[in-house]
Amino acid sequence: MSVISAYARALAVQTGRAQPVATVRHVHLSATPMVFIPLKLAGEAAAPLAALVGTDPANPRLLVVPQPRNRDLRFAFMAELADVMLPYVESFAGVTETVEAKTPYERSSDAPQLLVPNRGGIAFTKLLGRSTRFRRADGPYPVHPSVPVLGQWLTFLAERAEYAGSSALVAMTEALALHWATGQSPMEDANLATQLAWIAPPAGQNGPEAALAAEDPLTSPPAGPETHPDFDGQVLDHAIRAYETSSSPAQVREALRTQLEPTWTLMWQAVRLLRELPEAATVDARWAKDRDQFTRETARLADGGFPRGRIDGAVSAAIRLADLESALQTYEAQRAFDDPLVMAEHRVAGKAFSGEVVAVDATRRIVPPGKTRAAPRPLVTIRTSDPVRLSPGKRLSSSRNRKQKTEIVSIAGDLVVIQINDQMGRGSTPAPGSVPEVGEIVCYAELDPSGGQRPRLPSGEDTPWTHGGPPTPYVPTDEDAQEAWS
Amino acid sequence: MTRLDTLRGPAAPLDHNARTIAALAVNPGCDRRALLDAAGIDKQKTATHLGYPAPFGQSPFAITRAKSFDALVKANGCAHLLRLLRHTLGLSISEASYSDISDVGGNDNHQVRHTRTRALLKRAATDGEGAGTLFDHPLLKLGVAGHQVYLEPAIIAFQIEGRFHVVEIKSFAVIDDQADAGQVAAAARQSAVYVHALRALFASEGLDPDRVSHDVVLVCPKDFANHPTATLLDVRQQLAALDRQLSRLTRIDRILDELPVGITFDIETQSPDEPSKAVSTVDARFAPECLSSCEMALFCRAEARDSGSTDMLGRTARDELGGVESIPTALGLADGSRSASPEQTEIAEQLRYVRRIYTEAVA
Amino acid sequence: MIALTPEQAAADATAAILADFTGGPHRGVIVDSPPGAGKTTLVVTAAMTLAGSGERLMIVAQTNEQVDDLTDKLASKAPGLSIGRLHSDGFTVPSRVTRHPGVTASNKIDQVEACTVVIATADKWAYVSERTWPWAIVDEAYQMRSDKLLAIAALFDRALFVGDPGQLDPFSVVDTERWAGLAWDPMQSAVAVIGRLNDLPVHRLPVSWRLPASAAPLVSEAFYPFAPFRSGTAAADRELKLATAGFPVAWDRTLNEAAATGWALHELPNRHTIRTDAEAVQACAGLATRLLQRGAVAHDENDTHPVSPDRIAIGCAHNDQVAAIRAAGVPAGITVDTANRLQGREYDVTIVLHPLSGRRDATAFHLESGRLCVLTSRHRHACIVVARAGIAELLDNHPSTGRVQLNVPVKFPDGWEANHAVLAHLSDHRVQA
Ligand code: SF4
Repeated sequence: MSVISAYARALAVQTGRAQPVATVRHVHLSATPMVFIPLKLAGEAAAPLAALVGTDPANPRLLVVPQPRNRDLRFAFMAELADVMLPYVESFAGVTETVEAKTPYERSSDAPQLLVPNRGGIAFTKLLGRSTRFRRADGPYPVHPSVPVLGQWLTFLAERAEYAGSSALVAMTEALALHWATGQSPMEDANLATQLAWIAPPAGQNGPEAALAAEDPLTSPPAGPETHPDFDGQVLDHAIRAYETSSSPAQVREALRTQLEPTWTLMWQAVRLLRELPEAATVDARWAKDRDQFTRETARLADGGFPRGRIDGAVSAAIRLADLESALQTYEAQRAFDDPLVMAEHRVAGKAFSGEVVAVDATRRIVPPGKTRAAPRPLVTIRTSDPVRLSPGKRLSSSRNRKQKTEIVSIAGDLVVIQINDQMGRGSTPAPGSVPEVGEIVCYAELDPSGGQRPRLPSGEDTPWTHGGPPTPYVPTDEDAQEAWS
Repeated sequence: MTRLDTLRGPAAPLDHNARTIAALAVNPGCDRRALLDAAGIDKQKTATHLGYPAPFGQSPFAITRAKSFDALVKANGCAHLLRLLRHTLGLSISEASYSDISDVGGNDNHQVRHTRTRALLKRAATDGEGAGTLFDHPLLKLGVAGHQVYLEPAIIAFQIEGRFHVVEIKSFAVIDDQADAGQVAAAARQSAVYVHALRALFASEGLDPDRVSHDVVLVCPKDFANHPTATLLDVRQQLAALDRQLSRLTRIDRILDELPVGITFDIETQSPDEPSKAVSTVDARFAPECLSSCEMALFCRAEARDSGSTDMLGRTARDELGGVESIPTALGLADGSRSASPEQTEIAEQLRYVRRIYTEAVA
Repeated sequence: MIALTPEQAAADATAAILADFTGGPHRGVIVDSPPGAGKTTLVVTAAMTLAGSGERLMIVAQTNEQVDDLTDKLASKAPGLSIGRLHSDGFTVPSRVTRHPGVTASNKIDQVEACTVVIATADKWAYVSERTWPWAIVDEAYQMRSDKLLAIAALFDRALFVGDPGQLDPFSVVDTERWAGLAWDPMQSAVAVIGRLNDLPVHRLPVSWRLPASAAPLVSEAFYPFAPFRSGTAAADRELKLATAGFPVAWDRTLNEAAATGWALHELPNRHTIRTDAEAVQACAGLATRLLQRGAVAHDENDTHPVSPDRIAIGCAHNDQVAAIRAAGVPAGITVDTANRLQGREYDVTIVLHPLSGRRDATAFHLESGRLCVLTSRHRHACIVVARAGIAELLDNHPSTGRVQLNVPVKFPDGWEANHAVLAHLSDHRVQA
């Protein structure tokens, strides 16, 4: 958290309403997102209990496991979930566009987007994926053929969610927290009902009143995946017993419907609130990455790709780490360049500054280190009232040309001198417009949207002795497919 | 009657157990909690009486699951457990026996059980007779703030090669060799209490306390099954923290000294108003983390909100606000409607700047 | 038993390391080196030993500064040795490296691969391929992330991994819990990963030549509880003298205490502050200025010299504190930097802004033992810690509810305990401002 968001939280308390911490929307919102609210049985690792799922706010599909301890019923639930999700996911696979790159390739024009209420929803999605992707439709414990396919997709989505800026699987509370600071703590913001109460309190109530009311488990049941212990003890337990004697799931369904529907309404309310914000400039580019990955996964599965192994090998872990870091670096930079309010956080931290250009030495040429010939290296002097905490030599970027590399030359009082290093055309003097002009308001930041370079790593088969040697590649086994789920 | 008894009123004091002792480390800076715990006051009941029932509870499903897993691990003289100790941990136990200490001729008096625990463990430690024995339901004792506390016997002590290990059975899953880090941490803190108490017992019997290993055997269900798996858990850091917490409990006297005389938190004979005022006289140190760890949380949060304390925004926010204690002050400094004390000049300057660029960016 | 002199103990350790590395059966040898224990000397000796018997080797360090330092030292010790300094495009090799005739500097591996010894950063080595060296020395291996080692491990057959286990662990801004517990968790240090996956001998350098007798026992106990070391010098070997007597004001009393005992805690009144606490920042800058004004002279086992600005460093936890201290007016030539960047460096006197000063709650970042270890183990003579009162209470109030991952080796020391140990020691050297 930054002092900006701490200030915005304080302001929210004073005004009784959440305050913005973003001026544009930084997450992609699909035209047809699928909302997925899963519930699990308390005390179990990954025993699904129910889910409310669908793309139509007016028409959610309720799925339940009337006796969550019954393995067959769980798989039936997963098959039913597959019945809802797979057609949705696969509907995006057919339509592609050609991407103009060095080697042009096909990319899905759109991709599935799954919205869950909170972090717990993502973690549970991952566990559901883990517990079903190794299953098989044949052998000793056969499941419906759609179950392992669903497991693969849930795994794919959960793994995408680890990448900063991905919108394939979004936790709603986190999406909201990116845009609003409430008058409660970040920990309490993990409760969708209270968070929304601060952001959009019902008419006649202020944020704190509405948030307090939204803590009542009777009116705002937990958004999952855990259910409320009182509900478990006072309602669910009886309903499950009733199922055991009558074999009718009606009572369990009704009970769980009451727990899920309020969250369903909140999820779509949140979608509407986010839609009202204008989309940030780079959201599209990031969504294109999600679409790329979706396209690749579709092809991989079509080729009969194995389910992902339980753990990453040394090389794949290192590659993933580099990619995660690169995604985060890019995302942070893009978000700041897209949104002055996000940039404000970096300015307060002294990592960015904004000000007016007061002098430009556009014709300056020097012999850069390691080079033999002189090249244009213009100097730009900027007057700023920001507390700059950067030192000479630091590399900066700016929203006026995010690819242009610049570095700090000196800081004296409120004057910062920067040197422009590239993106000035091929001529002996900088191309027009490539260097800021006197009077221009500019903002430079120690942020790198390029995401850096991925280190060159050996292939998995060449894992060196230092890292345990080559691992045995993952091949699904019968044991995996029959893993107990009790 | 001690002052702590007066504070509690006629209710019987609540026993500490490993969980409550481990919880001492959850918010050690809070005088209020320290005092309520030291006096053995039922925080759950108190909070409910004050109109702020605790925001958490345990699902009956979770309780059932925990019990059945525990029973499974211990079934048939701990057959599962022995298999795990042999295979998973590579211990070479040729023969093992099982001894249930809770079975003291039908006498479940604490003192009797504790005496028997001491005797059995001492014999096992000195003549090697108990080597390879699992001791179920030992009853340990620990001095906490001058009181002797019995620790509920949810563990098994196990001796191998002259060293005793604590076995902790938990029903959270270990999936692909990973488990929820919060739950593992809680288990580690709790096991540390047992290790500590066992070591204290050894020391008082003139045995080398280091014969109690800091490596605890954590037994959990594996993946999605009911099948148990075992992992060694090094609790040295938790032991060090516990040692320090216990040695600090003497500060209760300091807190008591600052209390008005005759004050009581008695909820049985007073209306909610009075204990509420009484509780408020003891300093709290509310943080949102309390909401998942202390029964008093909603009461303390309401208090923090009423006073406009920055604590309600979370520890990080409070730190970012330069330690300014109240939200109106922070905002007053930001918009200049409040003049800064000499101590606040820096944060005031920063807040004014923040307000300016925030307002600019939002506009 | 006859106690070995520090020289003998160090020589024995070095001999054992070299024997194990050049003649032992293992593909790797790990050397734990506490602060100032002659790590660089070991690297240079090992390199010269191998080169002397006609072997080619590669040396890996983590930063350009470390590479340049090593190159300079090696070239000074072995002027006849052909050394290749491989660097990245656009990097200017400093004159302390280029002045040696034996050194060839280039950004192309073909230009330097013929040299007996080739030195580069791990990042640069990652771009070298299709070549191998029979021997490698990896310096500052505890600062090196496992994935960096993965990128270069195919280049060598056998390697000596040298580093300081007490310094800061590698770090990532992303959530890495996914790999917690795996032996090849890419977030671990290079040493951790090779140690967990291979059964390698671990040696230890037993003597700190940098830390004075006043500091070695504390640093050893607080940060290296299971690998103790001692100071190579006796109390009488080191003396810090202030030429002028000073005034009876806090800054001067603090300097007096530091000069007399090797430690001082310059304690400001208890208060919660912003991170760039102006008073604390002022104290750091002011103490450095006064130290120069008062003409400090350092006398050690080698010589007697004035404590010039380049022999003084101010260390803190955060970049904004560095900027604030620089802005507060520090005499030219004095180093002001974060703990991360002070790793591996050495000064006569250090001034440390305590990471927990003015904080109300400690975070994992503040409590990381490596941070405090780096800050309190850079000095040859004295270390002055600037802090607001109340840190002991803050530590006591710290909730110990950290997360614990299965199968992750417990790291010692625990930052919380190490902080307490240092603080307890400093309380005997407290000067209230
Ligand atoms: S909830 Fe209240 S009493 Fe409990 S620890 Fe937090 S502040 Fe203290």
